[in-house]
Amino acid sequence: MTHIVVEKLVKTYRIAERRAGLGGAVRGLFKRNYRTVRALSDVSFAIGRGELVGYIGPNGAGKSTTVKVLSGILVPDTGTCRVLGRVPWEERVEHVRRIGVVFGQRTQLWWDLPVVESFELLASIYNIPAQVYKTRLDELVEQLGLGRFLDVPVRQLSLGQRMRSDLAASLLHGPELLFLDEPTIGLDAVSKLAVREFVQRLNAERGTTVILTTHDMDDIEALCKRVLVIGDGVILSDGSLESLRTRVSPERDLIIDLEREMPIADPDARVIRRDGLRVHLRFNPQQISAPALISRITARHPVRDLFVENPPIEEIIARLYRQQEAL
Amino acid sequence: MRAYWALFSGRLRMLLQYRTAALAGLTTQLFWGLIRVMAFEAFYRSSSKAMPLSIEQTVDYIWLGQAFLMLLPVRLDAEIRAMVRTGSVAYELVRPLDLYALWYARTIASCLAPTVLRCMPLCIIALFVFDMRLPSSPASAMAFALSMMVALLLASALSNLLNITLLWTLAGEGMAHIAQVATFLFCGMIVPLPLFPDFLQPILVYLPFAGLMDLPFRLYTGHIAAAEITSVLARQIFWTVALVLCGRWLLSRGTRVLVAQGG
Amino acid sequence: MRDAFALYFRYISASFRGQMQYRASFIMMTLAHFLMTGLEFLAIWVLFARFEHLGSWRLEEVCLFYGLINMAFALADATSRGFDMFHHMVKTGDFDRLLLRPRSTVTQLAGQEFTLRRIGRFSQGLLVFLYAAQALSIEWTVAKVALVAFTIAGGACLFYGLIVLQATMAFWTTESLEIVNTVTYGGVQTAQYPLTIYRTWFRQVFTYIVPLASISYYPSLALLEKADPLGSDPVFQWLSPAIGIAFFLLCLQIWHIGVRHYRSTGS
Repeated sequence: MTHIVVEKLVKTYRIAERRAGLGGAVRGLFKRNYRTVRALSDVSFAIGRGELVGYIGPNGAGKSTTVKVLSGILVPDTGTCRVLGRVPWEERVEHVRRIGVVFGQRTQLWWDLPVVESFELLASIYNIPAQVYKTRLDELVEQLGLGRFLDVPVRQLSLGQRMRSDLAASLLHGPELLFLDEPTIGLDAVSKLAVREFVQRLNAERGTTVILTTHDMDDIEALCKRVLVIGDGVILSDGSLESLRTRVSPERDLIIDLEREMPIADPDARVIRRDGLRVHLRFNPQQISAPALISRITARHPVRDLFVENPPIEEIIARLYRQQEAL
Repeated sequence: MRAYWALFSGRLRMLLQYRTAALAGLTTQLFWGLIRVMAFEAFYRSSSKAMPLSIEQTVDYIWLGQAFLMLLPVRLDAEIRAMVRTGSVAYELVRPLDLYALWYARTIASCLAPTVLRCMPLCIIALFVFDMRLPSSPASAMAFALSMMVALLLASALSNLLNITLLWTLAGEGMAHIAQVATFLFCGMIVPLPLFPDFLQPILVYLPFAGLMDLPFRLYTGHIAAAEITSVLARQIFWTVALVLCGRWLLSRGTRVLVAQGG
Repeated sequence: MRDAFALYFRYISASFRGQMQYRASFIMMTLAHFLMTGLEFLAIWVLFARFEHLGSWRLEEVCLFYGLINMAFALADATSRGFDMFHHMVKTGDFDRLLLRPRSTVTQLAGQEFTLRRIGRFSQGLLVFLYAAQALSIEWTVAKVALVAFTIAGGACLFYGLIVLQATMAFWTTESLEIVNTVTYGGVQTAQYPLTIYRTWFRQVFTYIVPLASISYYPSLALLEKADPLGSDPVFQWLSPAIGIAFFLLCLQIWHIGVRHYRSTGS
């Protein structure tokens, strides 16, 4: 069953241009020049119930505009969109009752209040029945390990604690759809893992649909089977990370540790980096298979250790944007 | 000395950029001046007794008060408040400069810039549109100008003193608020001092606040003769020196408190 | 509607608890606030000590104006901090958070904070009003007490409307416009004196554009049973605070236009 259907979304912003000087400021009061910026040119996709989708793209590509439209904050210029069977911006109140949103950069908790009081206030805002609230709170406290700081005012929490509390806050009303915007930004390694694990569990056990926007490719690799890439207001790619890789660049890296310093060369692979005895070779598996390359190299050079890996996903994405710009 | 001058002029240039704020402030003050003038006109109409200040003098006095409002410690230095809250005030203490002089220079700039921006246009509008009159004589004009310059130093000394109380975050803030209230009332901003009950007059004239507005304004209107300028200046300078000394003493106490708290 | 009020009170109690974490600051600021508004009253007293009366009005009568308008303004001021800080919310994007919740934006903003220290102004207004109420030979009836409550409510609505209007501007401009502040604070100042003392054009502004007269001058005449030098009808005087409420409802409509604009431009 599809949860989200988006067709041909277009959204432009008008940005007032400031004139310089006092005279300009006064004239600006009466007549303004506008510049039109196209945030979404033509965005279409569909997401099914229970999917965990990564939504990535450079700053200004249209990620947050899409999220704002899907969550009902923003009305698009043209295009249609149905989320959980509703047009989000037409029935904002009914719509937001069924979704949850976490902004990693901003908390939705009340700064001066203990965490649990923020939760209680949210329970009133969402009209959650007392019994339901209690069970759900207990569940979230247990899963996210909030017990130790439930009574601490939010301003005194560490970033990791705050993030976990924010996650709980956006799930109290049991949303079927969760938007996560940079949920691991600034977190230490342990908290990052905890957040990822929790999101994975939420998706697997409760079947909550999750849309994750992030710049952290480790989040994407760890969590998302499907990735949407947006650039300049259009969807550049939609599919698994693997298919993205093969489409953009099928190349792989062979990394070898040599016994001693020596020059290295091969007709089917090129050296992309050397750190002392460690050499990074890049090759195309369609030209030469990995075992063939390995046996050729080890025959000619004394090798202590070797392994094959995919180029980092950042590089793939960067290449995708460059291809897009070249078009 | 160069350091203090650089600080002063840098801050002055920064503050002069806030033209929109100045424009909005100008409108506000014209509006307030107008309400006051109308209320006072009504009061003067209802009494046939001789008043210590004529209605014309009162109108001048009110418009001058609006023009020079920004001299008063309307708001405390937000930067100093923030520095105390975040603890970065400690950096101020390690600079190889006299902290009091540094803050005083800042404060003079923050008193001067908004006053300069607002007083000229406001006076011009009040003179041409709203029945304000020119100084009563060239001598009065001179005396007023002189006295106003000292008033700037006095006002800055007072603002600086209040800024220093911010070092004692909570108690200081409350104290500063109450001092602001007293300043507004006793400088003549709300009601011209000569209109206060006669038995209060001897006290009011010798408080530091009269030197901020009342004395120079009365020189302008001729209520105090220009010949008395020396006595006025003497009172203003006395209070300026007194407030500076008071501020220095408080600052040295305040920094000791900070050091004791470990910054 | 009932639900909205229930939520509002939850918000308010949370806001109280938040403020009570800084108790010393709260006490200090309330005291300063009390003194600061007291100062305005002192100025009126000084003037009456010098001039004895203001046209046909006595100090006690002006006290009545003063008390009513200050209580009304204090109520609006204490409950409107969310709107007061609204331009910050637009700038930082925090307003989006409110749109993500299944509640009206007005309820959520009104619930942001109940600024307790504003009871400084309220209690001062109340004191002056009580003094006037017993010093003037008003025959207190149930109807008149109800009119006092109606007037304060109408006044609070009027000021609230102005504050909402000011917040609405943030949807179109990022520069903070103090103009409305002038009207609110200036309005309090203006309405402390009877309307008759002002020039005609000024009177008309505060009768027809910002209907301040309807929540201070006219109902006060009804309380005093004083003939209006401007010739208004007693029935009108009794009903006039409703204009403050109508003004508020109008401002809410303009607010909703602002929200719609925000959601279509995303500015």
